[in-house]
Amino acid sequence: MSTGKNAADEGLEPAASNQVQIEQICAAFDNDHGRMLDILRAVQDAQRVISQDAILRIAELTGLKPIEVEGVASFYAFLSLTPRGRVTIRLCDDIVDRFAGLAEVQAAFETVLGIKTGETSADGAFSLECTPCIGLCDQAPAAMVNDIVLTSLTPESARLFAARLKDGTRPEDLISDRFDDLTPIERARRMVDNNIRHAGCVLLGDVPQDAGLRAAAAATPAQIIESIERSGLRGCGGAGFATGQKWRFASTAGGHRRFVICNADEGEPGTFKDRVLLTERPRLTIEGMTIAARAVGAREGILYLRGEYVYLRELLEDVLADRRVRGLLGSNILGVDGFDFDVRLQIGAGAYICGAEGALISSCEGLPGEPKTRPPFPTTHGYLGCPTVVNNVETFCHAARIMDGGAKWFFDMGIAGSHGTKLFSVSGDCLNPGVYEWPYGMSIRDMLVAVGGEDAAAVLVGGPSGAMIARDMFHRKLTFDDLSTGGAIVIFSGDRNVLEIVEYYMSFFVHESCGYCTPCRVGNVFLQKAVAKFRAGKANPADIDYMRDLSQTIVETSRCGLGMTSPNPILSTLDNFPLVYSAMVKAPEDRLRATFDIQSAISDARHLAKRRSYIFDKDFGA
Amino acid sequence: MSGLRFEIDGVEIAARDGQTIMEAADAAGVYIPRLCDHEGLRHQGGCRVCTVKCNGRSVAACTEPAPPDAVVENETPHINKMRRDLVEMLFHEGNHLCPICEASGNCELQAMAYRLDMTDPTRFPYLEPCRPVDASHPDIALDTNRCISCGRCIRASQDIDGKGIFGYVGRGIHRHVAVNGPDLAHTDATIDDVAVSADVCPVGCIIRKRVGFSRPIGERDSDHGLIGSNAKAKADD
Ligand SMILES: Cc1cc2nc3c(=O)[nH]c(=O)nc-3n(C[C@H](O)[C@H](O)[C@H](O)COP(=O)(O)O)c2cc1C
Ligand code: SF4
Ligand code: SF4
Ligand code: SF4
Ligand code: FES
Repeated sequence: MSTGKNAADEGLEPAASNQVQIEQICAAFDNDHGRMLDILRAVQDAQRVISQDAILRIAELTGLKPIEVEGVASFYAFLSLTPRGRVTIRLCDDIVDRFAGLAEVQAAFETVLGIKTGETSADGAFSLECTPCIGLCDQAPAAMVNDIVLTSLTPESARLFAARLKDGTRPEDLISDRFDDLTPIERARRMVDNNIRHAGCVLLGDVPQDAGLRAAAAATPAQIIESIERSGLRGCGGAGFATGQKWRFASTAGGHRRFVICNADEGEPGTFKDRVLLTERPRLTIEGMTIAARAVGAREGILYLRGEYVYLRELLEDVLADRRVRGLLGSNILGVDGFDFDVRLQIGAGAYICGAEGALISSCEGLPGEPKTRPPFPTTHGYLGCPTVVNNVETFCHAARIMDGGAKWFFDMGIAGSHGTKLFSVSGDCLNPGVYEWPYGMSIRDMLVAVGGEDAAAVLVGGPSGAMIARDMFHRKLTFDDLSTGGAIVIFSGDRNVLEIVEYYMSFFVHESCGYCTPCRVGNVFLQKAVAKFRAGKANPADIDYMRDLSQTIVETSRCGLGMTSPNPILSTLDNFPLVYSAMVKAPEDRLRATFDIQSAISDARHLAKRRSYIFDKDFGA
Repeated sequence: MSGLRFEIDGVEIAARDGQTIMEAADAAGVYIPRLCDHEGLRHQGGCRVCTVKCNGRSVAACTEPAPPDAVVENETPHINKMRRDLVEMLFHEGNHLCPICEASGNCELQAMAYRLDMTDPTRFPYLEPCRPVDASHPDIALDTNRCISCGRCIRASQDIDGKGIFGYVGRGIHRHVAVNGPDLAHTDATIDDVAVSADVCPVGCIIRKRVGFSRPIGERDSDHGLIGSNAKAKADD
């Protein structure tokens, strides 16, 4: 946590000292507008706000227009144009947290801190807000407090934490009073349980250090790519593209400068397996990136860590530094002439869309996290326009293990089309939430037995952009060709309200749409309103067709994967839980047009007139 | 010159390498509806009104490279229905009261609604933004309540005027066009900028003061036929 020097230390007026601080921050990034996200993050950390003065100065120093700087600053949820508290508490507002008692925890924070969610205390000490899934669904409710995280919160523990913060305790000291003496890995493990419930033989079992990298160093780039192709490895970030083929495309693309980027943005609600790998297998992750670099001829790498995982920053910086010292990063890696590669960390700032590879590249370039137009694809025109391989954390870890264990060893696990093992992040209504490594091909029913979730009435496979399935489909299998998932499995018991879940996920997509294209920006707002109407019992039969119809337009015309999958919570529950909807509709009695909600249409007028409508409020005067 | 061929709704189109579907279609006089794309400006690919099916797959014609030997569907009932939805979304995202808008008759959003036959009663809710009108500049006013986020002013100012007067701020449904300064009067904008010329803003968002009704209703762009109906003539020029 950089607090920066305060004004008194420097003997400057606060405004002047703020300006000096900004100059120092920009200088630390060579006044490079391509590092805008780092610059703005540092300014936010130091000053708790990106002020108009700051925007003007940053623009001047980096050679951008102020409006461009503001465009970036206003895009990311963790950057703020209005002052935030010196301690900012972000409660994870995922549906799993809500079901785990978020409301009581939230109330506890509000009461003790004396502010409502969304507010900053008058003395500027605290801000309290909600944020979508922070990757801790296996220990919900959870929260970020500046750069540290609190897990498995209860109203009692929340009250205690809030009281200590109010007494001036540093957030770090909530974790341990010896926090400063702990190593980065000790700190991470103190904060977060990794809940490894089943270790397979590829990733979470014994992993010999750098054996894959040694094998790769002894092989030619062509041999590495061939091994990865023969292993059948497919991307673990959700889309399932063949990894070897991706590396081959990048290796044959023109140009001298190439990049390898590790996608550690892990934002799909319910997914947290990369968190576990980054904590427990950080070396293997970097090893995989280094192997990819050799395969495609890249010298530079970026590990894009989502802002929510900033508590892992030191740990990863330490691993990178250690590998540089040991000759596993830098020049002539493992003594191989010309095998040069290094990695920088890029920390995100609260934007799910940055997990989509084009948006991730934009974000690394210091731009708002908007996807790029495809084609061209990143393998030919990626970061800074250069050929770029983007892979998920788990994909890189698998690649490293394949180089050691051999393509056949990996290929022989799993089933046809889905080879090897996969990490699953399991949360929600089950006895043993956590991470499981299984070969592809397990049925949902067997999975539920293994995790203690036999009471499930609904299982969300692949997060909200995946599918919500019902009991009659529990024979289906976890594979690319049947139920495909980047790793998220969220289990809901029969006590849960499916429409509440759907409405929550639609609000998530509304919050996370980048806004670039019409169908996703606007259409999702309409879908969210439509679901809300069902929940309020105001929908009529025509609303079902309306939602399907609107969903189809969004799916077919959206510019990127977010919009193309955002109606899935509605579509999959309309298909698989039709009764949930039909139970809520009633035929209109008042001959109003279908989909029209008279109550909300007249509510402003009612407010202005300070009275209710005789015609439409049937109980008026009652 | 190397080239390729493909077809749009059964019409054979010749394209140069590197052309987009829309560029090739324009050159052949085949109109593909559009809002965010504008001649002489970089492509944005944001409004999605130009969505076509290329061998069955949805793509934005303004950004998609012309596909060799492909079958492209443009004006099918299904595609036009989706375009109507998109145009309707834009109407509902902003405040569009055409009868009191000086762009009426010269407005591409309105014209697209006519072309796509947007006549059914609406099913969408109105989002009713409430953004202040910026009338600070002596010659130009900005009413972003009518903005459709086409970004044409942004690209024109950046790439043609070399000024960067406009930009996007915010994310998702809150994303909108803003100016490079506290208000328009405090930017370098002048009435001669291409970015504020009558052609660039497709709707009544960038308003040139004092010329509003100089061209009477009845003599405006849309009074001469549906938008796109001159595509053939333009290609033959
Ligand atoms: C909206 C959206 C969010 C995504 N989020 C992630 C993510 O958090 N992590 C990830 O690895 N891939 C994510 N992806 C997939 C990436 O675009 C990309 O396919 C992936 O990083 C490629 O790596 P892989 O082939 O190893 O899976 C996302 C895609 C979309 C459309
Ligand atoms: S679908 Fe469009 S608005 Fe949605 S995230 Fe992708 S580019 Fe942005
Ligand atoms: S901008 Fe166009 S659509 Fe909007 S009110 Fe004016 S004329 Fe109508
Ligand atoms: S102001 Fe006009 S030109 Fe600029 S984005 Fe909005 S609608 Fe497009
Ligand atoms: S014209 Fe192609 S997306 Fe707008």
